[in-house]
Amino acid sequence: MYVAVKGGEAAIANAHALLADRRRGDRSVPALRLDQIMEQLGLAVDRAMGEGSLYDRELAALALVQARGDLIEAIFLVRAYRTTLPRFGYSKPVDTGAMLIERRISATFKDLPGGQMLGPTFDYTHRLLDPTIVSDEVPAPVTREAEAAQAPRVTDLLGRQGLMEPDGETDPDREVGDLTREPLDFPLDRDLRLQALARGDEGFLLALGYSTQRGYGRSHPFVGEIRIGEVAVEFDVPELGFAVSLGRIRVTECQMVNQFKGSAKVPPQFTRGYGLVFGQAERKAMAMSLVDRALRAKEFGEDVVAPAQDEEFVISHSDNVQATGFVEHLKLPHYVDFQAELDLIRRMRAEHEAAELKEAAE
Amino acid sequence: MTTTAQYNFAYLDEQTKRMIRRAILKAIAIPGYQVPFSSREMPMPYGWGTGGVQVTASIIGPSDVLKVIDQGADDTTNAVSIRAFFAKVAQVQTTTHTGEATIIQTRHRIPERVLGQGQILVYQVPIPEPLRFLEPRETETRKMHALEEYGLMHVKLYEDIARHGRIATTYAYPVKVEGRYVMDPSPTPKFDNPKMHMSEALQLFGAGREHRIYAVPPHTEVVSLDFEDHPFAIQHFEEPCALCGAEQVYLDEVILDDRGGHMYVCSDTDNCESRRAEGHRGALAGHAVEAAE
Repeated sequence: MYVAVKGGEAAIANAHALLADRRRGDRSVPALRLDQIMEQLGLAVDRAMGEGSLYDRELAALALVQARGDLIEAIFLVRAYRTTLPRFGYSKPVDTGAMLIERRISATFKDLPGGQMLGPTFDYTHRLLDPTIVSDEVPAPVTREAEAAQAPRVTDLLGRQGLMEPDGETDPDREVGDLTREPLDFPLDRDLRLQALARGDEGFLLALGYSTQRGYGRSHPFVGEIRIGEVAVEFDVPELGFAVSLGRIRVTECQMVNQFKGSAKVPPQFTRGYGLVFGQAERKAMAMSLVDRALRAKEFGEDVVAPAQDEEFVISHSDNVQATGFVEHLKLPHYVDFQAELDLIRRMRAEHEAAELKEAAE
Repeated sequence: MTTTAQYNFAYLDEQTKRMIRRAILKAIAIPGYQVPFSSREMPMPYGWGTGGVQVTASIIGPSDVLKVIDQGADDTTNAVSIRAFFAKVAQVQTTTHTGEATIIQTRHRIPERVLGQGQILVYQVPIPEPLRFLEPRETETRKMHALEEYGLMHVKLYEDIARHGRIATTYAYPVKVEGRYVMDPSPTPKFDNPKMHMSEALQLFGAGREHRIYAVPPHTEVVSLDFEDHPFAIQHFEEPCALCGAEQVYLDEVILDDRGGHMYVCSDTDNCESRRAEGHRGALAGHAVEAAE
């Protein structure tokens, strides 16, 4: 009758062989090449890089294929690889003011130094399925020579007039926090919080950001600016005594401008919510900046009343690799604990029954 | 393409191992105290034993003999997977025999066979904070531990008695370690709690997703919380193991048909097999089992 659950090893190997088969699919269809993924599913690659916290388009593309297009699985693959890499040091802060801009929009000013540039956006497209895109015939985009004009950040423009809170002074000797090297210790400083948000799940942050717009921790946001483009990454080499450029990365930056009435100490001024994400990830950067601002509630003496303002709640649950692991671990056998519960509920039911019988007899 | 084929002995790099060993040493020095550590992403999901795997990876050496169990069994899929992981990345000898193992990584059970000096039991822990379901905030529970303010836990157990006539916690039953810290024994059934008390083995607990390590050193007092008029008691099974006839062990209920037919078998598969090898026979052993094969 009873056959112990033997042969786990063979079952696992067989399941993985089947997975590999299903991943590849119909062999008469050519296998996807990584360059196809990088070129044609670029935003998925960017998301895997961003939430995987590793700037490597090729590895992210590989992860996407290996994960059969499951983004969270791909992010997990990237993370598990990233964690094995040695840490040489920390780059200098990137200067997004000097970004080579491909897209730059502001919702707060009609025109501004450096201009507005729509760039490659879904905005204003009509969401009509277009079967013609499966062909290779896509007209080349219109281009023109880039102007040498500077495009200062909107927050800097406002800051010069004192209308925007300053970016904050940090002690130059202060070491930046690193959530991948030190366990999180609540309450967090903003550097760690921003790190956690930058790798946080887009869907989770989107929903939280949305909730602030619907009144759960309202912060009256305006998109001061969104810019997408390439920035240089520089690294201080102690042996050389100066910073060397490691290369350029593509990032999306969002600066929300939020209302703030001022307090006894501070005159009325706008406050910031900040988002910075690898690649082109505008929705994520916007959601991040909404949540960042919401999480600064205490800093401004605002009442913490909404989920998006609750640091421990937000940061403890924003990592989709952690979340998916723990939710999915419910698939693992729990029969020892379930047995304990079965035993208890049977005893309690027996007592209940006995009490009812006794009552009926009386 | 970056090569990913090269991994250090036992997967983790030596710096990470050193960081984890420091956390372990601190945990041993303060029994029952949850030491934060910088948990790494592992090649298996959070919640599937990453804490235990990181602890094992940090303490394992080439001469160790590893046993991995899940639900008491060596052959459950996740135990198989973790054992295969260490066989691959550390090339260590593995075993299913409790007595032969120097390190036993476990999820949800403590082996029936009494552990001895020199053995290390590594627990996989999902939620290390025993007060978590009473107070969700880490900032608060940390204070409660610091002030030894465990009244809330006693209130919870008391409310159980008021509502159900008994303490309705059957697993992850809270314990007090060396008279100081209230600790979550991980989701082992309370049946296993007494085995932790004054054990000769070193007990290490790893919670990867929650970034915590804690420990019970050998010969440490581990007392299950209770009340004078409601003393702590473990589960008792009405029937012995149907395969090996063992009593006073933890049993799994196996459903045999859709008419309520069931049997009880040892949760600890190694213990059950060893007993059968010694000639012990349960009610359904011998005939029924062979018939199934």
